[in-house]
Amino acid sequence: MRRIPWLGLALAAGLAFLYVPLAAVIVYSFNASRLVTVWTGFSTAWYGELLNDRQIMAAANTSLVVGVLSATLAVIVGAAAGYCLARFGAFRARWLFATATIAPLVVPEVITGLSLLLLFVAAESAVPFLPGRGLATIVIAHASFSMATVALIVRARLAGMDREIEDAASDLGARPFTVFFRITLPMMAPALAAGWLLAFVLSLDDVVIASFVAGPQSTTLPMVIYSSIRLGVSPKINALAALLVAATALLLGCAALAGRNRLSGRR
Amino acid sequence: MPAVIRIEGLTKRFGDVIALDAVSLDVAENEFLALLGPSGCGKTTLLRAIAGLETPDAGQILIDAVNQNGRAPYQRPVNMMFQSYALFPHMTVADNVAFGLRQDGLKGAALTDRVREALARVEMEALGTRKPQQLSGGQKQRVALARCLAKRPRALLLDEPLAALDKHLRERTQLELMTLREKLGIAFIVVTHDQDEAMGMATRVAVMDRGRILQTGAPRDLYDRPLNRAVAGFFGHMNIWDGAVTGTDSVACAAGTVRVADPLPREGAMVAVAVRPEQITLRGPENDVGSNQITGVIAEVVYGGTVSTYFVRHGEHRLRVVRQNGAGAAFRRGDTVTASWPAAAVRVLAP
Repeated sequence: MRRIPWLGLALAAGLAFLYVPLAAVIVYSFNASRLVTVWTGFSTAWYGELLNDRQIMAAANTSLVVGVLSATLAVIVGAAAGYCLARFGAFRARWLFATATIAPLVVPEVITGLSLLLLFVAAESAVPFLPGRGLATIVIAHASFSMATVALIVRARLAGMDREIEDAASDLGARPFTVFFRITLPMMAPALAAGWLLAFVLSLDDVVIASFVAGPQSTTLPMVIYSSIRLGVSPKINALAALLVAATALLLGCAALAGRNRLSGRR
Repeated sequence: MPAVIRIEGLTKRFGDVIALDAVSLDVAENEFLALLGPSGCGKTTLLRAIAGLETPDAGQILIDAVNQNGRAPYQRPVNMMFQSYALFPHMTVADNVAFGLRQDGLKGAALTDRVREALARVEMEALGTRKPQQLSGGQKQRVALARCLAKRPRALLLDEPLAALDKHLRERTQLELMTLREKLGIAFIVVTHDQDEAMGMATRVAVMDRGRILQTGAPRDLYDRPLNRAVAGFFGHMNIWDGAVTGTDSVACAAGTVRVADPLPREGAMVAVAVRPEQITLRGPENDVGSNQITGVIAEVVYGGTVSTYFVRHGEHRLRVVRQNGAGAAFRRGDTVTASWPAAAVRVLAP
């Protein structure tokens, strides 16, 4: 390929546009000053203070629990949807099902959040003993949009998988149940792992939908960041943001590794 | 010889396409049957239907006189080796072979013995701990074969077993498959699009086209006595002329009068006469116009080591002649020659 001289420059500019703000947050999280924009010296004090902030720690815990639960739920539902799309051939209203599965990815978060809020409020008034909004509603909300991602990943994985492998298992005497759990599922495993990690990250980063459906006792980490910034930026939040960026990057890295076609049937 | 597999009126449609059109076929206990045909002729569908991987729309398959309709692949006593080999990528070679046996409830020493035996049969016992992606194409094929044989099937179904191998390995594997089948004494059904492969390996060949079986027979019978153009064209080459019957033993066509030893339909009927290229002899030009001979100019000579192929231009036709090299005088491009053939070499095909 012919090299265009300013292409490298454009790439550098693009990457800078994406990552300089993040880098700034990380650098300033080590700032000794109480003023966010004035650099006075290196310090890890804000990280210490962060760990002592009970509100933030509680929110971190909430986020973690919501992330794990919603990602797990999303993987179960999303894998089932992806499997249907990839394996059930042309069933009636297949395109409708496919579109409906993917739709949450493109519907604006505000709309998703609002509609889920209306659903939960309606459910609360319709069913008398249902617990109020809280952790469970955030988990459901997060799973409902991240399952689309899982479905896409699983579907792509199955589409790239040799159908003859499942035929062979069946031919060798395995019942459909065994074929699925001994052959299909293990071969889908990298996609499931990647899907779980992505769903977890999506949940960890979401503020809009969580704000709509959260109850008074269930504040997630991004919600704490958002609300505390309205009261004035504390360097503590920089430290928190730096940790979140690091965690997200780590998980996305894992997802990319898991999603690589190490186990695919082809060479 | 009793039929291990009997196929009766098997029909399968995919939408508007008829993949199998009332196919009937018997497979004997101890034969090497090749299903031969161009891609899309239905041969793989037939194989998959025997394995139970396709559900026929009509007709039935009997294995050991038991109707297999409604029986799932895992209930049938036959095993299939897939074109892609379809090894389980997340299992070792030994686990791949053990998979089918575990489904039969085999455990412990009995299981390891059977796995070892199957791997030994294909000389792969040393590589039992490898993963499929660490194997070469030929090794993968051996594992796939061992995985089927471990189940001790009543018949082995092979879908294009040699297609993914290079030429050298293909010849060796072909011989190995033949030896293996003789040793095991079970039926092998192999799907192939390659006539040389089919003729070389099989004891019987079924030629398929557009969902039908055109002709079955020993390779030599199909080569010597094809019933129609499709079979004739599929097995090597034939020089074919359309013509009309002019007597009890003669046909008038573009090659003049052709005398035929085979029985002919009544006078005036339209037929096609065909001659194999190696049945034709070439000699210097002669002027007398006899039957079963034409005179023309050599348009092309294709040298092929043991034999050479000559194309003799005669009117609209290009006569294909195959000649042993070093037997008699060599002809060159541009030479005028007379080509002739005996009446016994002429085959009569449906027009």
